[in-house]
Amino acid sequence: MAQATSPPEAPEVIDEARARRYSSDAAGLGRLRAGAFVAPALALIAVFLVFPALWVLYLGLTNYRLTGTAAAEPKLVGFDNFVKAVSDPAFWNSTWLTVQFVLGSAVIGQVVLGFTIAWLMRDRTGPLKRAVEGLVILAWILPSAVVSFLWVALLDRDGGTLQALLHLPGFAPLLDHPMLSIVVFNTWRGAAFSMMLYGAALGNVPPSHLESARLAGASGWQQLRDVVFPHIRGHILTNLLLISLWTFNDFTPFMLTAGGPDGQTEVLAVHVYKVALLGQELGYGAAVSTVILLINLVVAVFYLRLLRSKK
Amino acid sequence: MAAIELRGLTKVYPGGVKALDSLDLAIPDGEFFALLGPSGCGKTTLLRTIAGLETATGGAVVIGDRDVTGVQPGARDIAMVFQDYALFPHMDVTDNIAYPLRIKKVGKADRQRKALEVGTRLGLDQLMDRRPGQLSGGQQQRVALARVMATQAKAFLFDEPLSNLDARLRLEARTFLKKLQRELGVTTVFVTHDQAEALAMADRMAVMEAGHIRQIGTPAEVFQRPANTFVAAFIGSTPMNLLDGTVRGDTLEVAGCKVPVPVSAEGLLVDGERIVYGVRPEYNTYSAEPAEGSLGGKVAIVENLGASHLVTLEVGDVLVQAVVPEGDEPELGVDGFATPRRDRALVYRDGELVSA
Repeated sequence: MAQATSPPEAPEVIDEARARRYSSDAAGLGRLRAGAFVAPALALIAVFLVFPALWVLYLGLTNYRLTGTAAAEPKLVGFDNFVKAVSDPAFWNSTWLTVQFVLGSAVIGQVVLGFTIAWLMRDRTGPLKRAVEGLVILAWILPSAVVSFLWVALLDRDGGTLQALLHLPGFAPLLDHPMLSIVVFNTWRGAAFSMMLYGAALGNVPPSHLESARLAGASGWQQLRDVVFPHIRGHILTNLLLISLWTFNDFTPFMLTAGGPDGQTEVLAVHVYKVALLGQELGYGAAVSTVILLINLVVAVFYLRLLRSKK
Repeated sequence: MAAIELRGLTKVYPGGVKALDSLDLAIPDGEFFALLGPSGCGKTTLLRTIAGLETATGGAVVIGDRDVTGVQPGARDIAMVFQDYALFPHMDVTDNIAYPLRIKKVGKADRQRKALEVGTRLGLDQLMDRRPGQLSGGQQQRVALARVMATQAKAFLFDEPLSNLDARLRLEARTFLKKLQRELGVTTVFVTHDQAEALAMADRMAVMEAGHIRQIGTPAEVFQRPANTFVAAFIGSTPMNLLDGTVRGDTLEVAGCKVPVPVSAEGLLVDGERIVYGVRPEYNTYSAEPAEGSLGGKVAIVENLGASHLVTLEVGDVLVQAVVPEGDEPELGVDGFATPRRDRALVYRDGELVSA
């Protein structure tokens, strides 16, 4: 009988202190034991994320070097490193190259390619869609070292695959068009993320809105402009924010061109590597990293402002 | 404005589902036509095929004198109101109404004037700079109607135009839509799963089942003389009594009782054949005493319909329903008798109506 198995009626008076504790402590572990559970994770984050970040800020204010007396006894030099950075043409050259790299491969390349694939595949099912998506995602999930080697093999001056296919002796894109090469490479490498994000976003565009536009006689481009883009505006901005920052800090181009030839692909991530580790000026490198961080913040704030302004 | 004609229209979806099976239908110019049927019967597919949003597998769609079977939706000169209205959330009411004109490259001043003119007619003049998100369901529907009207299309298509409104608003909108369609005089096809909506609004209607049209006619014809037992069971707010019976000379033996042969089937029946006897509860007269040709049994259920009651009698092992005016409803368990109106009762043979 239901009557026999139902629990006895709950007491009318509820312990208020206990009720309050349950509201913030759903598992009933208590502060100490709950803390013990998150402590390992917090410790790892502190050691590998928070401390290095603060350490970089500190290093930027010193003359710390990899070797020599300044390595043994670094001295605080104030903002000397920052002044040196902003007055160094090599730094501004790297910044300009990074802007080209971000605009070319992320903002234009990955967004356009990713969206185009997502748009063409939106109504498709079956093997073609799976094959295209599989290939695009493969480019994304393979380790950088592997894909870099593949691209060097493809583009190399001495017997590169592309050269052999095109029968063009002396064809050396990595030397003749280094920036274009890393832009194409990074577009190919990163389009998967944009494709998946836009694929999900396009699924949220109500079919009736597209059909309404079609019935009005709207062309493909007009449907995109009047229905699709307004609907996925938030997705576009979030996508731009993420891939801009990722690309800004990307070090993979180094594995294709090593920053060369003649510094033509020395983007900021590579520039920091060169001054801090090859040039051994860790203090100066830390200062440049701090400037990169500030640029990233400005870019992020710009996108978040756009995202919040509900036009 | 134009007539719509479908010839042998067939739609087979990939995977072999036959949504439309060789349909023929002619809708004259200016008619308000309803496509009615249960979900999955193909009524929405039919509407979308007329619109060009679905490609016909076979047959032809003719609008006016033009065969538009292979024509893009935007070039068919038709306009459609979607179930969710499909208003663009980032555009205000003016821009939404004027959108089809903008695509047709009408100048900005002209299309704004047209939008205001149509909007004013539908009582939207105070709301022209609002966004759809700031409008009630009824207002959104009128914006969708205004957008359709602004196009001056040859025919309008409405997909479940009332289903997103709440119950009270739906009745108002029903009257409003019917009046508007009459005033505009534009050929209009609408889809609904609600038989009351179809009966109330349409000039003529088609009842569909599994990709076939089971009956075409005026609401009165479809209600009074359903062509088959499917339509008979589907139409009517209280379902029709459909009782197995046998022909016995001049009478029918139904549920152990003798009833006279209905007027519509006189002289068309063969002695001894098995038939289905149909009568709407509204056409059954209830009495506490036996009457000539009545179905007698015990009162099993009494349901309140407001101004009347639906009484269910247990006649043998079948149930017979009758509508009783308020005040005359019987007690449960007493003996009751339902006498079908001879001029309204129907006979079905193999599921099809027997009539001259």
